[in-house]
Amino acid sequence: MNVVVCLKQVPGTTQVKIDPETNTLIREGIENIINPFDTYAIEEGVRLRERFGGKVTVISMGPTQAEAALREAISLGADKGVLLSDAAFAGADTWATSCTLSMALRKLEPYDLVVCGRQTLDGDTGQVGPQLAEMLCLPFIAYVNRIEEIADGKMRVRRMVEDGYEVMESHLPAVITVVKEINTPRLPSLRGIARSKSASIPVWGVKDLNVDPDKVGMAGSFTRVVKIFSPQQDRQGEIFQGDIEKQVDCLIGRLKDNGLI
Amino acid sequence: MEYFLTEEQKTIKSLARRIAEEKILPVRAELDEKEEFPWAIIKDLADADMFRVFIPEEYEGLGGGCLELCLVVEELSRVCGGVATTYAVNALGSYTLIEYGTEEQKRKYLPDIAAGKRLTAFAISEATAGSDASAIKMTADKVEGGYLLNGTKQFITNAGEAELYTVIVLTDKTRGARGASAIFVEKDTPGFTFGKKEKKMGIRASATGELVFRNCLVPQENLIGKEGLGFIQALRLFDRSRPGIGAQAVGIAQGALEMAVDYAQQRVQFDHPIITQPVVQDMLAEMAIQTEAARALVYAAARMVDSGARKITEESAMAKVFASDVAMRVTTDALQVCGGTGYMKDYPVEKMMRDAKITQIYEGANQILRNAIAVELRKRKAKTE
Amino acid sequence: MFAEQRNGEVRGVVYELLAKGRCLADALQSELSAVCLGHEVGDVKSLIAHGADRVYLVDSPDLAGNQEDFLTQQLVELVQQHRPEIVLAGATALGRAFVPRVASALPTGLSADCISLDIDAEKRLLLQTKPTFGGNIMAVIICPEARPQMATVRPHVFSQCEPDGSRRGEIIKVDFNRESITSRTKLIDFVEEIGETVRIEEADIIVAGGRGLGKAENFEMLNELASVMGAAVGATRAAVDEGWVAYSHQIGQTGKTVCPRLYIAVGISGALQHTVGMQTSECIVAINDDPNAPIFEVATYGIVGDLFQVVPLLTEKLRKR
Repeated sequence: MNVVVCLKQVPGTTQVKIDPETNTLIREGIENIINPFDTYAIEEGVRLRERFGGKVTVISMGPTQAEAALREAISLGADKGVLLSDAAFAGADTWATSCTLSMALRKLEPYDLVVCGRQTLDGDTGQVGPQLAEMLCLPFIAYVNRIEEIADGKMRVRRMVEDGYEVMESHLPAVITVVKEINTPRLPSLRGIARSKSASIPVWGVKDLNVDPDKVGMAGSFTRVVKIFSPQQDRQGEIFQGDIEKQVDCLIGRLKDNGLI
Repeated sequence: MEYFLTEEQKTIKSLARRIAEEKILPVRAELDEKEEFPWAIIKDLADADMFRVFIPEEYEGLGGGCLELCLVVEELSRVCGGVATTYAVNALGSYTLIEYGTEEQKRKYLPDIAAGKRLTAFAISEATAGSDASAIKMTADKVEGGYLLNGTKQFITNAGEAELYTVIVLTDKTRGARGASAIFVEKDTPGFTFGKKEKKMGIRASATGELVFRNCLVPQENLIGKEGLGFIQALRLFDRSRPGIGAQAVGIAQGALEMAVDYAQQRVQFDHPIITQPVVQDMLAEMAIQTEAARALVYAAARMVDSGARKITEESAMAKVFASDVAMRVTTDALQVCGGTGYMKDYPVEKMMRDAKITQIYEGANQILRNAIAVELRKRKAKTE
Repeated sequence: MFAEQRNGEVRGVVYELLAKGRCLADALQSELSAVCLGHEVGDVKSLIAHGADRVYLVDSPDLAGNQEDFLTQQLVELVQQHRPEIVLAGATALGRAFVPRVASALPTGLSADCISLDIDAEKRLLLQTKPTFGGNIMAVIICPEARPQMATVRPHVFSQCEPDGSRRGEIIKVDFNRESITSRTKLIDFVEEIGETVRIEEADIIVAGGRGLGKAENFEMLNELASVMGAAVGATRAAVDEGWVAYSHQIGQTGKTVCPRLYIAVGISGALQHTVGMQTSECIVAINDDPNAPIFEVATYGIVGDLFQVVPLLTEKLRKR
């Protein structure tokens, strides 16, 4: 079984700050990591290989430092990594990103399954998985929390919905996004780490992907960020006053304001 | 302190630390409380290739040496001495095979050990033979097809859980110290059963128990090396493994030191964190000095072992004695720093003190090792006269 | 806007979107249409009462199960036909899964999970505000050229309006063109699950109980609150030792360390051994009758009161929302 896992390298924390002068994010001093949801995708890919044989290829669109994330994925069991990097890819929204990824996937054919994490730590959109499927004209299932069976070119999975789960069937190849509940990612192994250090990771740019530069990066994006700001947040302990009813109402109000409920 | 580890050694150390913090830390109290064998963690260690560290490359290992093993053991011990023991003993139970085994024997057993699929144990101690190892009574009579084993081994780590046992037995009762041999016995061999599992003061995640042999027939091919070399093999084995115990002690001390420092920074009495008190600073400084000195000695001894030096008895004994005494002292002082809270089972430091004690006792009680060191000193003095 | 239905019932978020959609449409002096795809969906008229000028209703047994391939293709067809400036949908599990596909097929831009929508009337732009970095940074996004501008919105962000039964609007029935639409995935079963689907170490919300609960039965109260909030249940060592709850729920020095977005500490004094296992939580709420309990020193919000009154009241109010 050939599995392709799409991953993204993201800042290692959500506690990012905005530089008040340039009004952009302060990225210095923040370590980069594999998007946590993608680690579940990598693990699932590796487990599928252990179950059905084949190989796991990880791809990522990003600047050159994203190569470290691909190497880490190899130390976790992936067989091969490919970096999609080109100045033209920068500034992409999810559509342009999906476009770039889809061209890379065409180059990696044939494959049986594309696995993505459900969303990224920084963008929080969850859009690349479905958009990629649409561009590749492949069946798509989101929020998969268990791959039950794969046989005869078809797969049966469970996917999470708000109040339970649905059992769905699809032909392969297909695209899925996975949730945390699907597995527990393993730690790297010593041999995996050794392999990741010596692995050769090709870098594909606009020419290698044979993609129209107008369809990728900032040029290919339909949406644009016009402003970023930090929402009001204070961690000062607040003890409510008044009768119980009033205090509870206050609490609910605060929690709602903070988007916690 | 900078120890100039290679990239590979650093990788091994940091992966061991990750496993310790992510997999062992959350369950160590429960393992200790219930005296449970840490199978899930064994699997995590196996998946991470940690058992390959001490197996040669030709047998699917990574060919690491004493220092590499010490690095893993230290990191695991920093979080739980019991789990560290369970892991480390596999090196102990493999070395005799690696050093003295035939090609067939090595091919048959080592790959599974490297994969962490089959755990090992080393058995020499008996009820009447602890420090005086040569007083063992267990016999292996030569019969048709192999050896018939009779006797009981006491205080064996991994008893009942390991599948492969290196057992030191008397193949010739008439030859005294030259009458012992090392024999490899697999679990489920008829005649081989296990006695009671011991309830211990510390390293409770490690299983310790009796091996009971009653007319247990073991095939000839399971003899490791030559008959009569048993004690020599055992002595050489312990020379190589003692730095590992030292590493365990250093790890336990390190864990206790960190707990004490954290506690002293958070605990406020008389309006200030207690770490601002000179008496506490004095204790912590001493603990830090001792732990670092022990680490330096253990690493130096490990490097000596790895260099292939022939005479390592003295240095490896020193590393074990010093580090284990340090661990006992540091854990006791760490508990003292943590005061009443430290005494409570709810807080991990009392477990560290209970775990530390065994390092002064097993693999050569410190008193015996001091004797051995003194013997070496006397030999040298005698030469100059 | 997409009026999501489930089992023949329009989902709550739809009414919230209608209220907001009405404001946006008014700001643009434009009309608001709802698209309802399903089978025998009850109360389609309520969509008009809540603000829609028009409802495109596609009724077919094939659509009953919210088959995503069908929804995608049908919505794309309707959008291409009627060319709205803006398309909205709820950021539910379904919305987040199939709406990006619609955007991709058209193609146009989409912002998911918006918490705020505004209009720049002059440029006829939808200003889409959404959380990034887990909510630490807010981004305002626009889709300057492509049309329609699309956004999904989280439930409970906007409020519903009171329905106005006197509102007039059309309900336009659209045929579901089964032949031209294909589906490559098949729904085999739906299993409802109530219970522990959230692992405590990974839960976004944890409701934890301590010695203050008094006895095992009182954990039921926390289970209910947790169920309403979709939270996992945690406990202090005290509660576990008393046998009120299993060790797997224990949080603290000798239990698990957690870092959820919201940690509600009920009847927990806040001893170091416990707080060290949860103090990095994004938001900590403490409910305790002792105003001097150390838990209040780490809490973001605190209620000093009788937990046996506070917790049921909180549960009730949250259930009503």
